[in-house]
Amino acid sequence: MSIFINKKTKVLVQGITGRDGSFHAGQMKDYGTIVVGGVTPGKGGSEVAGIPVFDTVEEAVAKTGANTSVIYVPQAFAVDAIYEAVDAGIKLIVCITEGIPANDMMKVYPYVKACGARLIGPNSPGLISPDESKVGIMPGTIVKKGGVGVVSRSGTLTYEAIWALTLAELGQTTCIGIGGDQVIGTNFIDCLEAFEHDKLTKAIVMIGEIGGSDEEVAAEYIKKNITKPVVAFIAGQTAPPGKRMGHAGAIISGGSGTAAEKIAALNKVGVPVAGSPTEIPMLLQELLAKKTTKTVAKKATPKTAAKVKTKKTSAKSTVKKKKSTTKTASIRKRKK
Amino acid sequence: MKIHEYQAKQLFAEAGIPVSAGEVATTPLDAMAIAERLNKPVMVKAQVHVGGRGKAGGIKLAQNAEAAKVLSQSILGMDIKGLKVKKVLVTVAEDILSESYVGIILDRASKKPVIMVSPAGGVDIEEVAAKTPEKIFKFYVDPVLGLKSYQARNLASKLYHDNTQIRQATDIIMRLHDVFWKTDASLAEINPLITNPSGKVIALDAKINIDDNGLYRHSEIAAMRDLDAEEPAEVEAREADLSYVKLEGNIGCIVNGAGLAMATMDLVKLYGGEPANFLDIGGSSNPQKVVTAMKIILSDPNVQSILINIFGGITRCDDVANGIVTAFREFKPSVPVVVRLTGTNERMATEILKSINLPFADTIDSVVQKAIELAGVK
Repeated sequence: MSIFINKKTKVLVQGITGRDGSFHAGQMKDYGTIVVGGVTPGKGGSEVAGIPVFDTVEEAVAKTGANTSVIYVPQAFAVDAIYEAVDAGIKLIVCITEGIPANDMMKVYPYVKACGARLIGPNSPGLISPDESKVGIMPGTIVKKGGVGVVSRSGTLTYEAIWALTLAELGQTTCIGIGGDQVIGTNFIDCLEAFEHDKLTKAIVMIGEIGGSDEEVAAEYIKKNITKPVVAFIAGQTAPPGKRMGHAGAIISGGSGTAAEKIAALNKVGVPVAGSPTEIPMLLQELLAKKTTKTVAKKATPKTAAKVKTKKTSAKSTVKKKKSTTKTASIRKRKK
Repeated sequence: MKIHEYQAKQLFAEAGIPVSAGEVATTPLDAMAIAERLNKPVMVKAQVHVGGRGKAGGIKLAQNAEAAKVLSQSILGMDIKGLKVKKVLVTVAEDILSESYVGIILDRASKKPVIMVSPAGGVDIEEVAAKTPEKIFKFYVDPVLGLKSYQARNLASKLYHDNTQIRQATDIIMRLHDVFWKTDASLAEINPLITNPSGKVIALDAKINIDDNGLYRHSEIAAMRDLDAEEPAEVEAREADLSYVKLEGNIGCIVNGAGLAMATMDLVKLYGGEPANFLDIGGSSNPQKVVTAMKIILSDPNVQSILINIFGGITRCDDVANGIVTAFREFKPSVPVVVRLTGTNERMATEILKSINLPFADTIDSVVQKAIELAGVK
């Protein structure tokens, strides 16, 4: 299983005739995503990579039954594209577009929510459920099916972490980039909750960065609600205050939003924070191993069970999977 | 983007928020002329993008035009927290009866603008928040419905008891809220908002930060950018559509993606080095960007080695490699460079880079370690 997207997800590409939209529509299709159509006003009736193009989202939904939309339209028109998708009944909207003003996001967010839809992003690389579906721009070559859920505010840093997991034979259920902006539609907590409820997800990797307080809020949430092992990485320990580090949301302002605060908050609730993205798999394996012993202990001595917060999940299935596919890693090594 | 007090006051005045009369000067003679025109005692205020100007001696009272000239002479050119003062605002000195605080900021957690008011104005509001949080009153504005008069009035009544002053402050809060939305601000602040002996409520100071993402639709505000207040290299980078932040270390970093760029810097520190910069070449794979990135980093005299860390997704490694080769031919760098390229078209990139014989690294960790080692060797 996976979260938010799966084999049945029917994807519409808004801005499909643009440079990014057309390229990634093809990439998604090649990966196996069901891309049912694209939308560019005025280009209806044409085709991109064998995908039919419509003038409006409403028409596209009516003719294709799309339930998910991915937005590649330019900055100035992207918010309008979100409204259009919501009004056409789309339930999952993934906004890749970077540079949308925060004020526009503050206005569109409550509307998306009131209509019962979910927005991922903006400024998001999208999400991928290995061997099922990819919506967005994440490279399909670095992922591998498995039991780790990955959620991140970043793009390439996420790829780095995913690749490290894949090399360590730790496959993923879903990898999701929630976006680097100040106001985003889906936050860490939404994803943590979804991963907690997803049966196949055995462990979670959370990649945060400086700015805002989402990581601290997530830490509190993990303490109260998450039974699965979580490993984190926080980028920006060396970032100076008051400077925007690429992402609109990555800024230490008024002395708050520092990496140190976030790491402390996570450590406080027992979430280990990796020093390097390549350290994530090791920390995860340690937690999973501990969990196995704990589960065993629970069975053996009921007294200790009270202390064991985590329950039910056994690490066995993940371990089993590890052995089944070592291909990717060895191929990669050969390449080098 | 930060704008200066005099620019923020201009936006306030356009929105109908009462501010004291004044003009900006770049020379002591200009300052004197402005003071003469105002024909009252004036405040001479340093225009720099940093708080605590008063404490640093950047704000002075001048009783007459001659004094304005002398004082601005001492303030212009002054260094405040590392920033050189190039402009002063010469503005009518108001008699102050009370000082309060009004500010609107974007609250990321609630995804709403939050209005904060406090009767304890004129001081650092973060200090008030830390020491006497009971003196700060907040209201979260519904972004769709906007701010209603009664909501503004409730806030104003936390500041004043006199009805005419409550009315004035209500109006100011409503207008400040308008400015916040109209300018795509992430912060709009009046500290202090004062009352004078005739009972008038006036914005004595003004601060507005603009959301960079909103600048594309405000060319008049974008033109307010003070290039003098920025690192020249950062200006050059922005013009080339690169995100660059200069730091104090000696390891130059060229990375694709903001998160990965930060993580790479962090690893430099973790492995015992000091990063010279943050630099994100962005998602697309334009070789020219790599050339500009190299140029900017090579112009930093502190840099003793350069690391290039690319995780190809949309960015194609071969494009980056072509950029590196061009940069090498153009600039012939004297500092060692180490490269790590992985992902899309990695093998093509390796072939391309053979022509300039660069040391390679396999992982994010090894490229950082190698760069630190090379910096030491030099």
